[in-house]
Amino acid sequence: MSHSLDAYLILAGILFAIGTFGFLARRNAISMLMSIELMLNAVNLTIIAFGAFIASLKVQGSVIALIVLAVAAAEATVGLSIVIAIFRNKKTPLVDEYDTMRD
Amino acid sequence: MAIPDAVPFINLGWDDVLFIILSVVMIGSALLVVTLRDIIRCGLAMMVSFAALAGLYVLIGAPLVAAAQVLVYIGAISVLVLFAIMLTQTKAAPARLVFQTQAAPAAIAAAVLALLIALTVGATNWNAVAAPIRVGTAILAQVLFDQFVLPFEIVSVLLLAAVIGGIFLAKREKDSSI
Repeated sequence: MSHSLDAYLILAGILFAIGTFGFLARRNAISMLMSIELMLNAVNLTIIAFGAFIASLKVQGSVIALIVLAVAAAEATVGLSIVIAIFRNKKTPLVDEYDTMRD
Repeated sequence: MAIPDAVPFINLGWDDVLFIILSVVMIGSALLVVTLRDIIRCGLAMMVSFAALAGLYVLIGAPLVAAAQVLVYIGAISVLVLFAIMLTQTKAAPARLVFQTQAAPAAIAAAVLALLIALTVGATNWNAVAAPIRVGTAILAQVLFDQFVLPFEIVSVLLLAAVIGGIFLAKREKDSSI
């Protein structure tokens, strides 16, 4: 089981689906960011699995995963800063109360 | 006493058993992240999920990525998320309604997505090798600093921009001149 690409890909698919659910269903902005992190992890697991099981992608998979890791860190920094900046103005972390542009 | 090749009583190899344990821990704690009511516990469950994923990286033969996962995700991003949680939780905004009203359709959509991915993966022939290929750190460093050196430098500039942007966005505007 641990020697089959399909097992890793299905595992990553389940993790991505869980992240999708969290992003669509949660009300808290930070919960949504955590769900995005879960989805990024699922994509990274997919890249690593392809790198480990496809002979022509042997090293490139790991390199791309490391770059994705750094980009995810940048995304988390900026995203959480934006949430903190909005919280300072609106006094709530719930995304359905951010309705300034609706009026 | 020598360690047997297969796990006693169940007819599976050691790495299969490790794979199952790590997968169950990762998926279970990911489910806790999206369903728990207390958001601090969501953050802690997210750390457990990242740790199990690092174990899976070791199992699949990418030890450097596993180390980077522990450093970046568990060490940096989780702490950042926990700080943001503590900065944004107020007593005035209780978490009585954790989910949006469209939570049930979202659950159905996510389940359909997982099913589609599983069907697609099962129906495709990937020409995969029989056992995962281990990637040593030396060869990884050679490829990273030779073939991928331009993306590496761009990522460093991106990280600098993210740090400056994060400071600029999160700083208070009242007691500074800009």
